[in-house]
Amino acid sequence: METLIIIVAGILVTVAVYLLLSKNVIRVILGTAVLTHAVHLLIMAMGGFKGDSVPIVSQKETSFVDALPQALILTSIVISFAVTAFFLVLAYQTYKYTKTDDLSEMRGVDHE
Amino acid sequence: MKINDLILRSVTKLIVFIILTLAIYLFFSGHNAPGGGFIGGLVLASAIVLLLLTYDIETFKYSIPFDFKIVAAIGSLIVLLTGMGAVLFGKPFLTQSFATINIPFIGLREISTVTFFELGVALAVVGVVITIILSISEDV
Amino acid sequence: MLIMNNLVVFPMIIPLLVGVILAFFPNHIYTQRLLTLLSLIATFVVSILLLNLIQTEGIITLEFGDWQAPFGIVFVADSFATLLVLTTSLLSSIIILFAFQTIGKTRETLYFYAFVNFLIAGVNGSFLTGDLFNLFVTFEVMLLASYALITLNGKKVQLRESIKYVAINVVASSFFLIAIAYLYGTIGTLNMAHASERIAEVGQTPLLTVISLVFLLVFSLKSGLLLYQWLPGSYSVPPAAIAALFGALLTKVGIYALYRVFTLIFYHEPQITHTIIAVMAILTIIGGSIGAIAFRDIKQVITYNVVIAVGFILAALAIFTATSITGGIYYLLHDMIVKALLFLLAGTIIYLTKTSRVDAMSGLIRNYPTLGWFFFITVLSLTGIPPLSGFLGKVLVGQGALETSSYILLLVTFLSSMVVLYSLLRVFMGTFWGETIISEEEQIPLKPLTLLPSAILICLTFILGLAPESIAPFVTDASNVLMNPQIYIDAVLEND
Repeated sequence: METLIIIVAGILVTVAVYLLLSKNVIRVILGTAVLTHAVHLLIMAMGGFKGDSVPIVSQKETSFVDALPQALILTSIVISFAVTAFFLVLAYQTYKYTKTDDLSEMRGVDHE
Repeated sequence: MKINDLILRSVTKLIVFIILTLAIYLFFSGHNAPGGGFIGGLVLASAIVLLLLTYDIETFKYSIPFDFKIVAAIGSLIVLLTGMGAVLFGKPFLTQSFATINIPFIGLREISTVTFFELGVALAVVGVVITIILSISEDV
Repeated sequence: MLIMNNLVVFPMIIPLLVGVILAFFPNHIYTQRLLTLLSLIATFVVSILLLNLIQTEGIITLEFGDWQAPFGIVFVADSFATLLVLTTSLLSSIIILFAFQTIGKTRETLYFYAFVNFLIAGVNGSFLTGDLFNLFVTFEVMLLASYALITLNGKKVQLRESIKYVAINVVASSFFLIAIAYLYGTIGTLNMAHASERIAEVGQTPLLTVISLVFLLVFSLKSGLLLYQWLPGSYSVPPAAIAALFGALLTKVGIYALYRVFTLIFYHEPQITHTIIAVMAILTIIGGSIGAIAFRDIKQVITYNVVIAVGFILAALAIFTATSITGGIYYLLHDMIVKALLFLLAGTIIYLTKTSRVDAMSGLIRNYPTLGWFFFITVLSLTGIPPLSGFLGKVLVGQGALETSSYILLLVTFLSSMVVLYSLLRVFMGTFWGETIISEEEQIPLKPLTLLPSAILICLTFILGLAPESIAPFVTDASNVLMNPQIYIDAVLEND
């Protein structure tokens, strides 16, 4: 199971790198979102899939999966949600002012 | 642009209440089972977003006249204050406590300070999500 | 009874609480100003209390929600973190005085003060936390506030540079999470003290060294160590008050994280990790020097000076002796003060002349003599001329370099002082000397109140230079804890 998740994370990283290296701002933003998800899968795999049941305290089950990676992932999802939302609004505002979504046209010129 | 969205409008009127019920159920089940303020808040926000999609933004602002930035601020304030409550009682920051009390018609229930914390989280989530959606949709 | 340990979380909670309260009434500017100033001063007072408590009680820790240390989140106040918290709150309250004069009404009603409070909460939280994942969270609090501040009411150039700033930081945060995931998968803990203890038990295996390099990559991106290419662009676009906050505080958080991680957790293989840091520091200083000399735009020159200072402070970490670490801490505190001062003065110059091109200014000393002298003192302080605060740090780092025979580092760091002096003196001569170009009629009046924050900072650099013994016990204690991780571990895990 860990192997499968790691492979999926690897594929996601590939996709993310491809998107990050493109010139379109929206693609870059999607790339950062995909990259965060790849990392979430990595955290999950690193926590391992030991244990039989969900980590909810009850009398019936005695072996639980490690709850910490899931807490980390949840926190990170919230943060990446906020950052991605902010990034999208920023990209839209920038588009309104610069009239371009092409990063190669957004290079700094010395004196404008 | 006028689109024929009779089905959407009729279904929304019904569905929104189901979603809201689910949100409240998830919120309260978070005490000892999967659920909680964040998920409850997101589901609640999704109900509001559905309203926003079905009706136009003016109707939405007329019928739900809150400033959602204030909702988010109230939520964060509740979160911080519940954390600070423990400080006042000489416990480390964010310590929780709970008591079992008898609520009329419902019976014995466990009331915990975490519930208030989660309420704050839910309000903050609703406020932030709706603020983001409104700020993107307003000037498109 | 109130317990003392709760004090540790106050430097983060006070600004957070005030920031949230400020969100309720964005239009009451005077209330906003007053509350922000009060919150920062309160944070300052709390950090003084904490610093004194640490000297008598040892390191103070707070376990959130009463969950014991390796399991719950823990906030740790040792001298190093608390000194930085103290400097942060002091500097931010001075910079906010400058913002009152210059930031403009539009930004003030756009939640500027709330975001400043969140930024300070994030910075203080990053200094105080004792948990790597919590460090990630507080980093993100700080970064989100900084994203908002850098874009606030921005027009074309500002938004364009913000995109790059946000993109690079989002990617860096992903790498931070990758490093955290690997560390958790390898040693099964994210509490810094616990991680240090476990690594000391099993030894720093090659795998752990590689993980430490991922951490190095992340914090280098955040602090601008070698990977500083994003820094000059994004630090030169926001208004002076915001740029001063960024220049004085944000890169320092990355530096703090590097100091903490490479003295507390990954200190067993210095010949690999610290050598890499040394090489990166040298390259940073060289790159920063080239930038500082090459540009003729005052904003670019001072942002490249930030880069040089980052290289210098991390050279102290790379040397890794008690002397050099003490020197590094002195220089870090000095650099926070002087960089804030430099950004404020440059902001004032740009405000008065409406340009940031050195070539377009001349003879300002006739119009604004005080400003000119302030700038000159700042240049001397940055270079490390004796009665000012930069001197002691530079001497101690140099002494450390001699102890370990790291002559290349010694040479590069001291040549960098010459570059700093040259680049800033050139700005000084270009702007203040020569024929005056502003006639008395069209001269924009410089209110004394605008210069007050800079005057306070000038006093601070003199005090720190003339009476370093006032903070010497704290700095010695800080470097002692950094060099002896066991003190930190015992305080957090309470295994005495």
